[in-house]
Amino acid sequence: MGSIKDKVAIIGMGCSKFGERWDAGLSDLAIEAAYEAYQDAGIGPESIEACWFSTVYAPVGGIGASVAADALKLRNIPLIRNENWCASGHVALIEACVAVASGLYDVVMALGVEKLKDTGYPGLGAGRGMSPVLEARRTAPGSFALIAKRYFETYGLSDEQGKELIGRIAVKNHENGRLTPKAHFHNKVSLDKVIAAPIVSWPLGLFDCCGNSDGAACAIVTRSDLAKSFRPDPIYLKGVGISMDSMLPHLRPGFDWLRFDSLINSSRQAYDMAGIKNPRQELDLAEVHDCFTITELAIYENFGFSEPGNAREDVESGFFTRHGGLPVNIDGGLKCFGHPIGASGLRMTYEVYKQLQQKVDNPERQIKNPRRGLSHTFGGPPQISAVAVFGNETG
Amino acid sequence: MAGIVRAAGYVPYLKMDRKVIAAAWERSALPGCRSVANHDEDSLTMAAEAAQACLKEEDRSRLSGIFFASTTAPYLEKQAAALLATALDLDRGILTVDYAHSLRSSLSALRLALDAVSAGTADTILVAAADTRQGYPRSDPEQQFGDGAAAVLVGGSNEVLEYMGGYGLNDYITDVWRNPGDRYVRAWEGRFITSVGYMALMKEVISSLLTKLGLKPSEVDRAVVAAPDQRSLKDLLKVTGMDKEEAAADSLLNEVGFTGAAHPLLMLTEALEKARPGQTLLVAGYGDGAEALLFRVAANPASEAPKHSVGEQITARGALNSYARFLSYKESVEPLPGEPFRILPSASATWRERDSLLRCRGSRCRECGEVAFPIQRVCNNCRSLDRFETVRLSGLQGKVFSFSQDNLAGRSDDPVVVQTVVEMENSARFYGLMTDCRPADVRVGMPVRLTLRRFHELGDFHNYFWKCRPVR
Repeated sequence: MGSIKDKVAIIGMGCSKFGERWDAGLSDLAIEAAYEAYQDAGIGPESIEACWFSTVYAPVGGIGASVAADALKLRNIPLIRNENWCASGHVALIEACVAVASGLYDVVMALGVEKLKDTGYPGLGAGRGMSPVLEARRTAPGSFALIAKRYFETYGLSDEQGKELIGRIAVKNHENGRLTPKAHFHNKVSLDKVIAAPIVSWPLGLFDCCGNSDGAACAIVTRSDLAKSFRPDPIYLKGVGISMDSMLPHLRPGFDWLRFDSLINSSRQAYDMAGIKNPRQELDLAEVHDCFTITELAIYENFGFSEPGNAREDVESGFFTRHGGLPVNIDGGLKCFGHPIGASGLRMTYEVYKQLQQKVDNPERQIKNPRRGLSHTFGGPPQISAVAVFGNETG
Repeated sequence: MAGIVRAAGYVPYLKMDRKVIAAAWERSALPGCRSVANHDEDSLTMAAEAAQACLKEEDRSRLSGIFFASTTAPYLEKQAAALLATALDLDRGILTVDYAHSLRSSLSALRLALDAVSAGTADTILVAAADTRQGYPRSDPEQQFGDGAAAVLVGGSNEVLEYMGGYGLNDYITDVWRNPGDRYVRAWEGRFITSVGYMALMKEVISSLLTKLGLKPSEVDRAVVAAPDQRSLKDLLKVTGMDKEEAAADSLLNEVGFTGAAHPLLMLTEALEKARPGQTLLVAGYGDGAEALLFRVAANPASEAPKHSVGEQITARGALNSYARFLSYKESVEPLPGEPFRILPSASATWRERDSLLRCRGSRCRECGEVAFPIQRVCNNCRSLDRFETVRLSGLQGKVFSFSQDNLAGRSDDPVVVQTVVEMENSARFYGLMTDCRPADVRVGMPVRLTLRRFHELGDFHNYFWKCRPVR
């Protein structure tokens, strides 16, 4: 596999307010994110040569990427829709970067939009694959809770100890979300409250589950050699990794629900390209896929942030808090920022981008002099993962 | 010679104390409890359970036919026996017939099966019967009826029951009936049904059979006579002169309820569990006439008894203590359906996937041995294309590997959905729902087996697939 390290830079980003946006449709959300990105990059729609668009739960099956054309009037250029479950936004961004690196286009947009609150139900609904009986009554929390049961079982945690462990991740992300104006939720929660909350899918309680939100995020990318003609502080793409696995890894004998090949492979690809040997030490911040608290826990160990079985120690010592050794989900994560599926990868990248530029919208959340940041989404059954690593200088 | 090789009953997991129903209506309760089919069960799935317990691996290749008898088949137009044959993963060349519309349809099916085997036109035939009849809310039948199934394997060798002969009568009488579209069983006055219907016809058919075979009532050791209630049974045994035999009461009526077309076969299964070689056994059932069959116990029935006797199943049940849930499971009231389901079924896709979805077949790679369910054309492990043989999972046991208890996805009358990953004994992974369990009791390592269930009616047809359930 080749490398596109330092060949592409982000020159503008935008992110809508996330939440229950009864006031805004797909188009409104797209406009909110895209026009912030235009302003940030100092360009207009006429500069966009191609657009990778990501959405998962579009109102109907066959809308393609027409939202970009209908809402933004991006016409007569390639508009490409990407749907890869929760990793859709990341895949759109990475494909946009690959297109720029190929030399075919100079300025490309990646736009992720999701309007979940028009579906009429909370959560993502039941059915997570292609078969009406195999997938019957299968929900996201029902699927991800299977990881928790295996984690507790394997490491000998009682239900109470397990609940406490994952509960601490919710407390941390709420502590961060409090400082994030665009996030869906801003409330601080205590560990007791998290543990006592109603169970959604045992052991996942209400606060172990991310926000079901509307939102959009947008990135404008260009070749690194052109980047400084747009702005003095572009953010460079250091490494990417995409690893897609079967919708049904569960069918494999030996699949242990702790080790996810897609997480391991996607992070390794990105680390290798970025030249990262020890992510625990070399990364200054990470935005990872905390659709459920147990997912964030599994990611710590699959991404090499913690040794297998050691995440508990790191969680309890506060290693992943805003002031810890490796701050994870500084903007509140999916937990508090919300999880409009197709937009999330770009929203996470938005936080990394702003942190690396030291331009976070609330200075209380800004970490000091970060150089390397990672964003990541993980979706599907779960077994579909995409990672991007960014830096604020080349080399 | 023809006879019964084996018999197996199926008593659903859920039982309901009749006091619960009575209390809901502020009236008196009949003694005991009744069985209740779970909301994912119907007559077809219960028959599949009984039939699976009745069939041994070595019976499959000799099976000439499968008969299904019920007054509550899942479709008005669509053969249940063909679906049953598919769910049991049987050969497509066997004879499949539905027997319907009468409570004695199971015994008619049994007689015809015995006749076909006697005539040499069939080697073995499996007769399965099941019913889920409903009485009007607050009526006696609501308490009296129970849901259940039974299956008997009819053959010409290794019989535990030798067939001595049968006799049948038909009669047109509007005693109990359902019109098209009726949910509940209608009935004329009880005295009319009992006197000129049940008592008259049953007495006639039993005495005609005994006369035909030259036997005296006192020579019948066990009377396996289906009756809608204990009183009718007691009276009938008295007038037929068979009242001195060992078990004059039908314990199934107290513990399970009257299971409609399945009842004579379920009684027969239970009687067989207690029968001794040399005994004479008379089986009779009523419905638009009557049917009676006489058997002699040939071999020790215990040698062919299925793994879980009717008695054991009755003991290992869970209580349904909510009449509201009962009404909802019976579709008398409509539950909030739960999270909308985004994947609409397609009849053609379901048909294409029938080997996995209905026959419960997975694949085993001929190159590396990896097993998968459902069938994978490209091996999960070594990626060989189309180098697989199919393997049936439905008879296997497994152990829970991981699970979740989802409060989001269920129906309002059964809100907790237990998702499970099961490690089957052949190493295949089954990822699906668990049924017939108390969610709080589910544990990693818990032994389970697979059971055919009805999932939903999307697409305007019944969507059947397999779930796991704790081994009872």
